[in-house]
Amino acid sequence: MATPKINDVAQAEQGTSLWRDAWLRLRRNRLAVLGLTVLLLFIFIAAVTPWIAPYDYAQQDLELGAAPPSAAHWLGTDIFGRDLLTQIMFGGRISLAVGFIATAVALLIGVTWGAIAGYMGGRVDAVMMRLVDIIYALPFMIFIVLLMVVFGRNMLLLFLAIGAVEWLTMARIMRSQVQSLRQQEFVEAAISLGLPTAAIIRRHLIPNALGPIIVYTTLTIPSVMLLEAFLSFLGLGVQPPETSWGLLISYGAESMEEYPWLLLFPGLALTLTLFSLNFLGDGLRDALDVRGAKD
Amino acid sequence: MWRFIGSRLLQAIPVLLVVITVTFFLIRVAPGGPFDSEKAVVPEVKAALEAQYRLNLTLFQQYTAYLGDLSHGDLGPSFKYPGRSVNELIAAGFPVTAELALYALLVALVIGGIAGVVASLKPNTAQDYIPMSVAMIGICVPSLLLGPILILVFGVYLDWLPVSGWGDSPGDKVLPAITLGAAYAAYIARLSRAGMLEVMSQDYIRTARAKGLPEWQVVSRHALRGGMIPVVAFLGPAFAGLLSGSFVVETIFQIPGLGRFYVQAAFNRDYTMILGSTVFLATLIVVFNLLSDILAAWMNPRLRNQLRAQ
Repeated sequence: MATPKINDVAQAEQGTSLWRDAWLRLRRNRLAVLGLTVLLLFIFIAAVTPWIAPYDYAQQDLELGAAPPSAAHWLGTDIFGRDLLTQIMFGGRISLAVGFIATAVALLIGVTWGAIAGYMGGRVDAVMMRLVDIIYALPFMIFIVLLMVVFGRNMLLLFLAIGAVEWLTMARIMRSQVQSLRQQEFVEAAISLGLPTAAIIRRHLIPNALGPIIVYTTLTIPSVMLLEAFLSFLGLGVQPPETSWGLLISYGAESMEEYPWLLLFPGLALTLTLFSLNFLGDGLRDALDVRGAKD
Repeated sequence: MWRFIGSRLLQAIPVLLVVITVTFFLIRVAPGGPFDSEKAVVPEVKAALEAQYRLNLTLFQQYTAYLGDLSHGDLGPSFKYPGRSVNELIAAGFPVTAELALYALLVALVIGGIAGVVASLKPNTAQDYIPMSVAMIGICVPSLLLGPILILVFGVYLDWLPVSGWGDSPGDKVLPAITLGAAYAAYIARLSRAGMLEVMSQDYIRTARAKGLPEWQVVSRHALRGGMIPVVAFLGPAFAGLLSGSFVVETIFQIPGLGRFYVQAAFNRDYTMILGSTVFLATLIVVFNLLSDILAAWMNPRLRNQLRAQ
């Protein structure tokens, strides 16, 4: 009876200790906790915006026009008399969605690519990583502008285009992780047990490489959101009637001399989100003890 | 060393070919021809125009002809502005963008470098936290927000500096350079801090201290060179970022540079201009990546000796 007990304890500890440890360390980092809280709050607001937004998204009040913050309109109104808080809430849905979905695209491509290259090694690895090097040297920004020009400005393409250029670093990180994991006995054991390659990658390699991937993902989201804001600011990203924080900032910049709140509040929303993600990313890096992700 | 440079040069060639080829065919896939205007064009005129832009040839012939022109630096005529070549437009816009990028890089290197080194000398004290917090702000406040805010504060409320133009009135280059350089100053501050911290724990720094050098000489003569390698390696990517960042900054401050031309060409569907500028900017970026890699390799004594030995 004693032996299974010990096994149970050992297994339970193995399953939780690393992540529990990281969580405890993360909890002690006040900035990271603050970042996580703000982020979860923003995501929650974005999720329930259609039900809690104070005004209708398209509702105009041309007589009111641009009004400063007041009891009726907490963050004021834009030049068409639309409630700015409502605009920012709906814009946040799109900005956050671009950030998370495009990062997910990058994650999917990068992890798969890096895992295959790292696991196969040899010539396959050389060709695959050579390709990554070549794409790495391409001028991304210009390329995305080009894609938006050529294929028109639609959202799906925006997700794909941003995701398609952000996967490279992910692939590199995953590859180096897999390369070092490959040498370890438990992977050799899995190979000798006859597990198919896909299963080895999915069951043994990816879960063990999760730490750096989580950290890098957290740090990719803000750079993706910046990219979206950048494109929307130039008029090449999100198009009206949809809106995003980048688009709201660009409208705000046009009339900021008379109505500075139109610039400041959307700017604040974007900046707060970027701060939260960066603090959380830095906190996770320390908590999971990942070296060399990004910096 | 030469072999290293040579091999990096060889790597750059396929990159450029990919850029040219992909850009060329992407643009051809784009919907809408350049002459699909409302006005009906006489068939003869249209044929003449198409001949001038080689649209009467097959796609592959167009491609090889374009490569041929490129090989002696000819980027072809502009679709949007008949009679002007893409070369002329780039020649008009690029010096402005280059100057802007240069000032921004200076801002980034001076402010970021000093902040990073200062922070690294007393890690985990106020001297470290304050510059690094400012750097975090620099990373999280994008240029598209920083630019308008600077205009509002220094241009409108305080009325200290002009808010648009380039070289038209004294001081009109200050705000654009700061706007473009701020984020890179922040990255350089973080990189140089990390680089310096790494170097300062090395044995040769202890040796320098042990032989009685004053601390400022340990830093300036021994630590800086190694600590700045990450910054130098970052210069290539930073330059690429500055060029694309000029798209936004030139739009905000109404600067007649290549970045603004590029965005306008994107809206006007001036395909030859987009193609030409993309090829031009990509070449520049590849060249700068190459230069910053070579410089970083040369600054790293271990790598340098290894390269020399080959």
